[in-house]
Amino acid sequence: MSRETSLVSADWVAQNLNNPSVVLIEVDEDTALYEQGHIEGAITFHWRDDLQDGLIRDLISKEKFEALLSKSGISNDSTVVLYGGNNNWFATYAFWYFKIYGHADVRLLDGGRKRWELDARPFVTNAPTRATTSYVAKERDNSIRAYRDEVISAIGKLNIVDVRSPAEFSGELAAPAHLLQESGQIKGHIPSAKNIPWSKAANEDGTFKSDTELKELYVGAGVDLAKDTIAYCRIGERSAFSWFVLHELLNVSNVKNYDGSWTEYGSLVGVPVAIGA
Amino acid sequence: MKTCGATPGGPDISGIDLTTQTVIQGVILKDGQEDGVPNGSPVGNAYVRLLDSTGEFTAEVPTNLDGQFRFFAAPGAWTLVILASGVREERKVIAAKGIPVDLVIEI
Repeated sequence: MSRETSLVSADWVAQNLNNPSVVLIEVDEDTALYEQGHIEGAITFHWRDDLQDGLIRDLISKEKFEALLSKSGISNDSTVVLYGGNNNWFATYAFWYFKIYGHADVRLLDGGRKRWELDARPFVTNAPTRATTSYVAKERDNSIRAYRDEVISAIGKLNIVDVRSPAEFSGELAAPAHLLQESGQIKGHIPSAKNIPWSKAANEDGTFKSDTELKELYVGAGVDLAKDTIAYCRIGERSAFSWFVLHELLNVSNVKNYDGSWTEYGSLVGVPVAIGA
Repeated sequence: MKTCGATPGGPDISGIDLTTQTVIQGVILKDGQEDGVPNGSPVGNAYVRLLDSTGEFTAEVPTNLDGQFRFFAAPGAWTLVILASGVREERKVIAAKGIPVDLVIEI
């Protein structure tokens, strides 16, 4: 859990394009972008179609995860490198997901698709073929996943970090501004949550800020890193980004991603809600 | 879809309920003839960031193959930051419900 073990640069990826032990995966909510062009050798996972159960709201089962990775040609000893659009939101979600199922060596491409494109590095359109494997996942590690009851219990006691934009936190917007503003949830945030938008941890090109800047971001906003921390957003992908910053880059072990996030919390009957900045 | 001779701008607005949505959209074009007129080809690999009135990041979208982008914001003052390889531009806009902000941005 450090920048050295969890993050790779675009140069590193460029140098490892033909490394057979490295599996590049583009993860997004819009895999049409993958079809238009992706990093050579990368396969693609769709955030919803591949990684959501579909019937119930949950991660796919251990057996389905094993089947997905086996069919994708990923071995237990593969170095999995994730990247995507949306400033790596869904790639960090997949990173968290690979950690949930105990994959040993998973890393994130700093800056994702955006930095790669802004650097005018090449994309290809052909999808690779990889020989199938027999992947064996571990039982879910729930030490990095928060559920609604512990979130409610954490109000006023533990660190709750709302990583959405200020306009969503205050209740002005119901969703990120690239989405239609229609939602079944009420607007607002979990009481006692601190609004530390995910975007404050990233540079404009999508790469992460320095460890010193990142630590100051959370500590300066009043987060006591000695206490347990729960991060949430709307559907759990932006909070996976902030979870990655805290858990992987800053090596803070007691951090959980609440992937139920506002779509769950904002639908619960009778729980406390706050509005305003 | 944009057709030949159509007014350049963001994606087709039909089907969007403008009584409830505050739309900021547009198209990114290259300055084709270096005459200051945005008549060049669409930039389909740009990123558009939406910042709120305090300069805080609110959302980001990549442009589509036609160079277009769209945000659903709230009424008020916003700043767009356009990023492409070697390019960074800002545009300030005022958004309101009912009347979409539709921009043609040349880079």
